[in-house]
Amino acid sequence: MIYLKLLWSFIQIGLFSIGGGYATLPLIQNQVVVLNKWLTLTEFADLITIAEMTPGPIAINSATFVGIRIAGLPGALVATFGCVLPSVIIVLTLAYIYGKYKNLVIVQGVLSGLRPAVVAFITSAGISLFTLALWGEDFTASGIGGVNPVAVFLFVLALFILRKYKLNPLIVMFGTGIAGMIVYLV
Amino acid sequence: MKHGNSVYWKLFTSTFQLSAFTFGGGFVIVPLMKKKFVDKLKWINEQEILDITAIAQSSPGSIAVNAAILLGYRMAGIPGALVTILGTVLPPLTIISIISLFYTAFRDNIVVNAILKGMQAGIAAVIMDISLTMGGSILLAKRLLPVIMMIGAFIANYFFRISVVYIILICGVLGAGSMIYEHKDRGR
Repeated sequence: MIYLKLLWSFIQIGLFSIGGGYATLPLIQNQVVVLNKWLTLTEFADLITIAEMTPGPIAINSATFVGIRIAGLPGALVATFGCVLPSVIIVLTLAYIYGKYKNLVIVQGVLSGLRPAVVAFITSAGISLFTLALWGEDFTASGIGGVNPVAVFLFVLALFILRKYKLNPLIVMFGTGIAGMIVYLV
Repeated sequence: MKHGNSVYWKLFTSTFQLSAFTFGGGFVIVPLMKKKFVDKLKWINEQEILDITAIAQSSPGSIAVNAAILLGYRMAGIPGALVTILGTVLPPLTIISIISLFYTAFRDNIVVNAILKGMQAGIAAVIMDISLTMGGSILLAKRLLPVIMMIGAFIANYFFRISVVYIILICGVLGAGSMIYEHKDRGR
């Protein structure tokens, strides 16, 4: 039955996608293109493009996209449910443990070690996004001179507004989107 | 824990709004959560945001969904977690369902592409802002080990592309070790 197949495939994707984001792609490709042949490789490439252009986690986007193409809206719901299910069980267990034992010395120790690591991951993601926004996909090929002046201006302005006026990040993101629409289209 | 329908409603609307705007990967959720739940609603503090992100990153599944579960549970137990999952899943589910009907037209639309290109700069600024704030508070605490771990983890992740799983394991063990060592010292 197609619903059970979708469910089982996306439970596996949800369960084994540690690290999130692009680390999940080979896993999704294996389930969706190689094993079940639900999408062709071209359709899978389209899916990645769409996932990048829309909000939300790549795994959820894939689940919805594949589900709806294979079995309509019920398919999308089943695949998304499967994708989230392992997270729900595992993270709720961890949330319970965190709530109960977060004052223990060892748990405090582990968390105090993870905090600087998380800041490092955020910074790492930030620099990747920074080079993508200012230089495009081929940062190394275009060199420093290949920088997009519009993106530099928007970045500096956005960062200034965020640091100085503590404006809501949603408004800043939305604002640069509108500015982009005006500048790049006119 | 806070109860009452207003908490559930606020959890739902907040996570829905956050999820509708997590362009550019899961970490965008961190500055958005900080603004909403630390600065505005004052439900949790900055350290808890980092704990939530650390646990969300170390668990299977996407950071945004995992962080939403942790936040929902923290505020209103299992019902709270179910509400935040729904809030996080609904925007991508709805948007992709609609777009899948005409996805080639959407993919090639010049207006959509121009907006997204502009937003990239904004997203980069939002992430850099939170990393300056949080990295700054680690530097200002003037404790050597966290600073070394932060710089080491950054180099390992950004330059050597070492899997976050290993970095998390090493940092967790180092953190636990140093904390136990400090406590033994104090006990003497």
